[in-house]
Amino acid sequence: MDTSQLSLPFPQQPLLSILVLFLVASVMLYFARRPAHYFITSLSHALHDVLRLASESLKGATARLAERNREVLLAQGREASEHIIEREFSRVDAALQRDMAEYPALQRQLTEVITHIDEDYQRSSEVPPAPPGWTKAVAAVAKIPSAEDPMVVEILRGINDALVKAHDKAVSEYRNTIRERHTLLKAMAPDWRKLRQVLEAMGKRVDSLMDRSKTIDRHMDEYEAIMRGTDKAQRSLSSSSFTQFFIAAFVLAVAIGGAVVNFNLITRPMQEMVGGGSYLLGFKTANIAALVIILVEVAMGLFLMESLRITRLFPTVGALDDKMRRRMIWVTFIILLTLASIEAGLAYMRDLLSQDDAALVANLLNGSQVAISAVGNRWITTAAQMGMGFILPFALTFVAIPLETFVHTSRTVIGTLTVGVLNTVAGTLHVLGNGIEYGGKALINLYDLVVFAPLWIEQRFMARRTATATAAAEATAEVKAAEDVASAPQEEPQKEVYEKEQQQEEKDQSIDLPHGAWGVSS
Amino acid sequence: MKRLAQLSVMLGALLLNGCGGNDAYNRGVYMLLDTSGTYTLELAKAQQIINYVLAKLGPTDSFAVARIDTGSFSEKDIVSKVTFNDQPSQANQQKLQFRTTVDKMVKTVSPSPYTDITGGLLQATEYLNERHPGKKTILIFSDLKEDLKAGFVRNIPLKLDGYEVVALNVTKLRSDNVDPREYMERIKQWKAKVERGGGKWRVINDLEQLEDIFSG
Repeated sequence: MDTSQLSLPFPQQPLLSILVLFLVASVMLYFARRPAHYFITSLSHALHDVLRLASESLKGATARLAERNREVLLAQGREASEHIIEREFSRVDAALQRDMAEYPALQRQLTEVITHIDEDYQRSSEVPPAPPGWTKAVAAVAKIPSAEDPMVVEILRGINDALVKAHDKAVSEYRNTIRERHTLLKAMAPDWRKLRQVLEAMGKRVDSLMDRSKTIDRHMDEYEAIMRGTDKAQRSLSSSSFTQFFIAAFVLAVAIGGAVVNFNLITRPMQEMVGGGSYLLGFKTANIAALVIILVEVAMGLFLMESLRITRLFPTVGALDDKMRRRMIWVTFIILLTLASIEAGLAYMRDLLSQDDAALVANLLNGSQVAISAVGNRWITTAAQMGMGFILPFALTFVAIPLETFVHTSRTVIGTLTVGVLNTVAGTLHVLGNGIEYGGKALINLYDLVVFAPLWIEQRFMARRTATATAAAEATAEVKAAEDVASAPQEEPQKEVYEKEQQQEEKDQSIDLPHGAWGVSS
Repeated sequence: MKRLAQLSVMLGALLLNGCGGNDAYNRGVYMLLDTSGTYTLELAKAQQIINYVLAKLGPTDSFAVARIDTGSFSEKDIVSKVTFNDQPSQANQQKLQFRTTVDKMVKTVSPSPYTDITGGLLQATEYLNERHPGKKTILIFSDLKEDLKAGFVRNIPLKLDGYEVVALNVTKLRSDNVDPREYMERIKQWKAKVERGGGKWRVINDLEQLEDIFSG
């Protein structure tokens, strides 16, 4: 007999024991039914209300946070858009100033070229040869009848010779003129080319301005959308923020990798400087010193980027006047250069120290009395370490750019994620509250299911009592009705019949649904 | 203003004193070398272990090597002791000097007739307690067969709170081969003795597992 059987009323008959226990429990639960129902109902309602209130509160907070996120996102987008438009305008301004300053020169150049072309053109125009004035005289001489007269012949021959000479001369002059014209036209070709080049240059500048104006138009459209606070602008800005956040996080991770390499380069030599066995706040002092150097480099890089107005993390630096800013650029650059030089030196020292350490370990473990000889290509690693020690501080300078993006976008990303988490929690609380309320109802039904036997008995008992009471009431009513009929004439018999039918129906319903049966409201 | 200055000084002192203390992080190692009887033949192995320990220890760590002979509770039995410099390069030089000293001792050591391990342990605790290292380790390079000279009282409870006692190269004696229970009983007794004193006991016979000493 095990311990479970000891608690049974009839240990030899477990089924009977379970039945008895069930009946006893049913009876006890039946007597505790009303307070138990009340307790379950009130508890489920209370929990439901609490969870609903919490859910509503979270929803309110989520809505406020979402609105705040929207405001911040639009403000950031507005600021960024203003910055871009401002930069575009400044570029256009610079381009206009540059081009417009050259424009008078170009115009003068064009005018000169055109004048030169015009002059050449004028000079190259063909002048028709003057018609010979003496041809009529020749015609008159030619009409002299005595053609065989030697005088005439001689005159005509002279005229012929003169004509031939004049013709040759005219042809020669004409050819010379044509040659000059061709020379002039040939000389116009460079002027045309120059003219074309000048016009093309002007066209390019105008096209560039047109492109910039289109870019400005596009940015202005975006700016107007942001100012109107449209959903499209918000979605665009939000998506852009997430993309930039992840890109910035990736670049920062790369930069952290670089910082770790840098840290390892200078840790060992720092042990020689500040001691290898001293600790501060639980960390090796040498490690802290190396970390401080790297952080100072990063800080200098941040200030350099701020001074160059590449980033805008510190408004104070950006607001400095140009003279002070330039000084700051030089100061931060010189500090960075100094730190980079120190790191290069430390990297060289690290190489020497690691060689010493390796020689010592070899000496101790292998028993070699001679230090490890320098390997022929050792200088490559030394130079590489020194190079990394010098370059990495400058490379870390550019951490400022992804850091700025990361800081600015993290507000949006964290806000959006928080809204999502709050929404999820609110929804969960809402579902949980409803679940508890319906669970309470289900528990009440389950309770009644357990005590179904006493309830059934109660139902039958109540039905019988109600039936007896109804029968007594009917008998009394019939007697009274008979007395009324006997004492008074018949009044509205149809109405009386209707009232009886109604009473009968009510009676039937009261029998079907006795007091306290199965319902929560009981 | 004066209070502010006082507060600053106090905070600075707290930072330097409380946080800058190195005692909690350095390590103290005391190695006992059994020089009794034929066990001196095993000292070449002990040299390897000492060199390994030297290679593993760093700046501000303390290391001492002492003989186990007839009466080991004596500073005269300490062969060499050092607390390494804070600068690693200086510490490297100290390690080389330490090694040279131990090598000389190994060449010139003569076997002792008795083996006073308990006395060596007492001397080790005394030495390490003076150094206040963060981690205290006692290495016993011995067969753990204690053989006291008549009149020597070593039935003294050890105080080994915070100590790790590592028995190295516990060789089996001829009698152990006849009855291995003797070997096991010997180790068991030392384990009980160390643990009664509050220490932690380990046995490393495979010298290729030496890195376990510094793994913790």
